[in-house]
Amino acid sequence: MARAHAPARKALTTALAWTAGLLIFFPILWTVLTSFKTEAEAIADPPLFLFFDWTLENYAVVQERSDYMRFLWNSTIIAGGSTLLGVLIAVPAAWSMAFVPSKRTKDILLWMLSTKMLPAVGVLYPIYLIFIELGLLDTRVGLTVVVMLINLPIIVWMLYTYFREIPGEILEAARMDGADLRSEILHVLAPMALPGIASTVLLNVILAWNEAFWTLNLTAVDAAPLTAFIASYSSPEGLFFAKLSAASTMAIAPILILGWFSQKQLVRGLTFGAVK
Amino acid sequence: MHFRNAACAAAALSLFAAGGAMAETLTIATVNNGDMIRMQGLTADFTAKTGHEVEWVILEENVLRQRVTTDISTKGGQFDIMTIGMYETPIWARNGWLVALDDLSPDYDVDDLLPAIRNGLSLDGTLYAAPFYGESSMIMYRTDLMEAAGLTMPEAPSWDFVAEAARKMTDRENGVYGICLRGKAGWGENMAFLTAMSNSFGARWFDMEWRPQFDTPQWKKTLTFYLDLMNEAGPPGASSNGFNENLSLFQQGKCGMWIDATVAASFVTNPKESTVHDKVGFALAPDAGLGKRSNWLWAWALAIPTGTKKEAAARQFIEWATSKAYLELVAAKEGWPNVPPGTRASLYANPEYAKVPFAEMTLKSINSADPLNPTVDPVPYVGVQFVAIPEFAGIATEVGQEFSAALAGQQTAEEALAKAQALTEDAMEAAGYR
Repeated sequence: MARAHAPARKALTTALAWTAGLLIFFPILWTVLTSFKTEAEAIADPPLFLFFDWTLENYAVVQERSDYMRFLWNSTIIAGGSTLLGVLIAVPAAWSMAFVPSKRTKDILLWMLSTKMLPAVGVLYPIYLIFIELGLLDTRVGLTVVVMLINLPIIVWMLYTYFREIPGEILEAARMDGADLRSEILHVLAPMALPGIASTVLLNVILAWNEAFWTLNLTAVDAAPLTAFIASYSSPEGLFFAKLSAASTMAIAPILILGWFSQKQLVRGLTFGAVK
Repeated sequence: MHFRNAACAAAALSLFAAGGAMAETLTIATVNNGDMIRMQGLTADFTAKTGHEVEWVILEENVLRQRVTTDISTKGGQFDIMTIGMYETPIWARNGWLVALDDLSPDYDVDDLLPAIRNGLSLDGTLYAAPFYGESSMIMYRTDLMEAAGLTMPEAPSWDFVAEAARKMTDRENGVYGICLRGKAGWGENMAFLTAMSNSFGARWFDMEWRPQFDTPQWKKTLTFYLDLMNEAGPPGASSNGFNENLSLFQQGKCGMWIDATVAASFVTNPKESTVHDKVGFALAPDAGLGKRSNWLWAWALAIPTGTKKEAAARQFIEWATSKAYLELVAAKEGWPNVPPGTRASLYANPEYAKVPFAEMTLKSINSADPLNPTVDPVPYVGVQFVAIPEFAGIATEVGQEFSAALAGQQTAEEALAKAQALTEDAMEAAGYR
């Protein structure tokens, strides 16, 4: 009996998963569709789903008005740089917390997380003043450091969780065989924790790519990333939804493609440990 | 040798002479409204005339406000020109954050600026921001629906007429609603409309001792009138409608009347965007017979933050972008209906511009607003649809949430007013006004 039920159940779960997936994906799909409409079609009521005059006009207008490649380059540097820097700091930190914990390790972890509980705007002025003082306003270096600091607690936490899954005995054995700290982390820990590190990196690239508070408030022209590019198409007095959608599509396309190709690593990393 | 010396001296001299007019790159922060987008497209004309380049930072209105406020209050120096409104100008000028625009060139003809707009952008008689475009609010209505309802819209209607017309024009079965008004919470959204409306009903935000006035009969009448009208003749879900949502509804032919910014007139009469472009009439915002109409006054203006190192070039840009010649430039390239409206008397004296269908009513609306005397009873503040104090944006957004909740049917008018009164009292006490 159970066997006879299995295909039906499988079909049901598949259908459910597809429905949930499409529901979650729908806003993105709608944005992409709207980007090919005229402004009048974009606000048509009832909404037009597929049968409208597809046009590339919005993309042409956006290309003409904004230097997309400059925004894209800034986003890439900031997201890539902050993640790389974050991982370089977080791997040793997570190693020490996972394998040589002290009395205060738990407290430190919680304290790190507590920085995420403060609304960002609460520290806008202090950070802005520091940036003025150091000449970092509207620079990629300044923004890379800030975005790294914002995501650092998450990177440390994620890596800590992954490292905890790795038996300490393996590291001990490596030490017995004469491995020093550097080769212990590089040659023993890192290969075992690679799925975890990969998913941490991916998740943080996505978080950094989408970071919109600091990237809007600390940049003007030179370091403005794609978040500023999208913001420049939002208008309180005028209906420019089609152009806004075109700008949004161009802004999310690179990260969407990256996510698509690395979804295996992402899923494997996110469920790492849970399936053991 | 002599020749070489002479050449060096000549080169040095020409460098010195050019020193005052060295080519700069200006960074300008602005919003993504149609007139500003046109300005970006025409920057080449400015560069050709002056040699200065321009970099644009375009942000959504609320993001822009936070961004430039942070920068100017910390003297961050990220922007050489900022786009600000009538609300910020007097407050920032008082803080010493803006360069006074008091020695503009004779060609600029500063006396040509409309007095209401100029007063709203000045502090103690000195101009601190040059108006790029000005707006008031007015009624935009469907001439065909008005006729079908057997009514004729007067040029200066009363609230009672508007309410009667709205009820008669409403045809819920066919998705037509007599009136569309702002309901979305925010000091620049529903509170801009309701504050201007309350002026016509004799209400005010504060009395001369800065006591909040939401517990007065005038405010009760304003809010009750608004809620009744919207419940009977407004579109469903109006508590989340702002400018853009109502614009969309009107363009789809779903609103009989819409009272909102005069700049909307160019959108609703545009055949490319609006399905009702040839059936729109205009009238002054309504009154209640007390001598004040319910229209607001706003201007987007260009200002120079103190501390910029490129003040001279920034002045040149502001003079260019808000000049008579700029209006002609836009007219030549994009037609008179696309000229930034509401700043100069000479524009309205131009017979070509007079042919634009909404020109006359826009001017009349702007002229009937007085930011220095906005209310029936005297008030200690400046501003028609806002109170020009730094605390206002925060307080009015909270009050706006209460009024929006009342429109959504989550509380009564009395409850909303009582909460508004209490929270405004607290905020004003904390800010040291009382």
